[in-house]
Amino acid sequence: MGDAARPLRRRLGKKLDAAFPYWSLLPAILLFLGLSVYPILRLLHMSLSTISFEGGVERVAFAPMANVALLLNDPVLRPAIVNTLVFVAVSVAAEMIIGLALAIFVSRVRRGKGPMRTVMILPILVPPVAIGSMWRLIYNYDFGVINQAIGVLGIERVDWLGQPSLALVSVIIVDVWHWVPFIFLILFAAVEALPVDVIEAAHLDGASRGQITRHVILPLLMPATAVAFVFRAVLAFKTFDEVFLLTAGGPGTATDLISLHIYNVFFVQNQLGYGAMLSISLILMIVSLLLVGRRAALRVQVRHG
Amino acid sequence: MARPLASHGPLQYVLLPTIVLAIVLPFLWILMSSFKYQIDIYQGSWVFAPTLSNYIDVFLSRRSDFLSNVWNSLVVAGASTVSVLTLGALAAYSLHRFVWAKWFSVGLLGWLLVFHMIPVMTLVGPWYLVFRELGLYDTRAALILTHVTINLPMTIWLLLAFFREIPKELEEAAEIDGCRRAQAFRLVALPLVVPGLIAAGVLAFVFSWNEFAIALNLTSRATATVPVGIALFAQQYEVQHSQMAAASIVATIPAILLMFFGQRFVIQGLTLGAVK
Repeated sequence: MGDAARPLRRRLGKKLDAAFPYWSLLPAILLFLGLSVYPILRLLHMSLSTISFEGGVERVAFAPMANVALLLNDPVLRPAIVNTLVFVAVSVAAEMIIGLALAIFVSRVRRGKGPMRTVMILPILVPPVAIGSMWRLIYNYDFGVINQAIGVLGIERVDWLGQPSLALVSVIIVDVWHWVPFIFLILFAAVEALPVDVIEAAHLDGASRGQITRHVILPLLMPATAVAFVFRAVLAFKTFDEVFLLTAGGPGTATDLISLHIYNVFFVQNQLGYGAMLSISLILMIVSLLLVGRRAALRVQVRHG
Repeated sequence: MARPLASHGPLQYVLLPTIVLAIVLPFLWILMSSFKYQIDIYQGSWVFAPTLSNYIDVFLSRRSDFLSNVWNSLVVAGASTVSVLTLGALAAYSLHRFVWAKWFSVGLLGWLLVFHMIPVMTLVGPWYLVFRELGLYDTRAALILTHVTINLPMTIWLLLAFFREIPKELEEAAEIDGCRRAQAFRLVALPLVVPGLIAAGVLAFVFSWNEFAIALNLTSRATATVPVGIALFAQQYEVQHSQMAAASIVATIPAILLMFFGQRFVIQGLTLGAVK
């Protein structure tokens, strides 16, 4: 290296270093501008247009009302919203209750906690698509293991996924199996981190096990429970993969969820403009829910100091 | 230490194994099915002559692209994990260490949160158009870019939590000793958040390996990933149950490997923040 190069390099290095706060953040910002902000603006533009492909060439026509009309007259939209709400409410509620009970129960046993945690992490890590395909086999009417098992008990076969009234329940069962472990892991960590002396003090004061659980353990677990709940509810709204393979939304519209409906409009029916309108409506809904939720949380905080 | 509420007895010896079985049985059933001939599956046989033919079919049959699916998944998950850790660690450190205008940092973190909550499916449409225009449609690069974008919010939030655990004095000491900013990041802060990097890396890898909605719509035969491959086995006119089971088992292998090696970090990562 020449003598002249060294100070130059050093000066350049110093300048680069002074700008470190900026260039360390820049790549992430660029990625977000390019792949999340821009696509949403694009979505906004698409939602006001009718888009068709003629000979592989994209044709965009400005027609905002056409998509609004489609939105208002969409026969699948209402069942998809209702199914999504039922799916989220029932499965998340079931997962919270079972997960919480399990966390408290497992923390009390003397042996088997380690293996329990190891086993519990498995369903979370497996591809949801694989879970969908596995359970499709398990639910099979003719030779699925559930129908075999209840056959042994003398109960008649059940068409788990083919019967409109039962299909959503079957999907919820899979979701509960898939996600109870997640709630368990978060709440189990919280239970294990509880202050032992508080519980001991309550115990010495003569509180029964039920009283301690209800008046000491559950209130102390509230923050972790809330975090787990929000996390899971958000994920549940996005559910797509498992249902895509389990039922593809059928029979009829019995298990159509919003994500599935958007997929169908966009990629099966090729209605890009209307698909964008649906997406934008959903995003607006989620953002307003978030804002309302934040205000409510702030108000609760203010009230309880 | 004696815990006042600790119990043993019937609950421990009956309920606990029941729960474990309820979690594991579906996997065992599918594992069993993956070694059955199609005819044994149709007959619901419990006793059967195990065969490797499904796995051989899945990987080597001329009609199956599964081997290339696995390769695509490894490339996409590997590249997107490395990229998301690099971008995420730099961004989280910058947000943690330097003073940013409040509107900027709050706005950015808020956007990350909102973006994380939006169903991926809403963005696949515009991505499809954008990548077509850029000539990136049906490339692994497009998948890598989208997976990095999707995983970045979680990575930044997670690493922020880990960076906050580092005592401030350590970095200040480094700066007094004449350390440059970039050096303080690389030599002082980064080594201290290795557990966080492992947790975030495992989660990002698993997510990318599992991701279906984007891969389904941005790839075709040559670039399809493992989840898309599984969906194909399940969707063909004649459902190939035995191959589908074998493919599902193969797709689960990374999860099982990670469970052995990274379990501690994943659980720490999943529960950090929730407990505090």
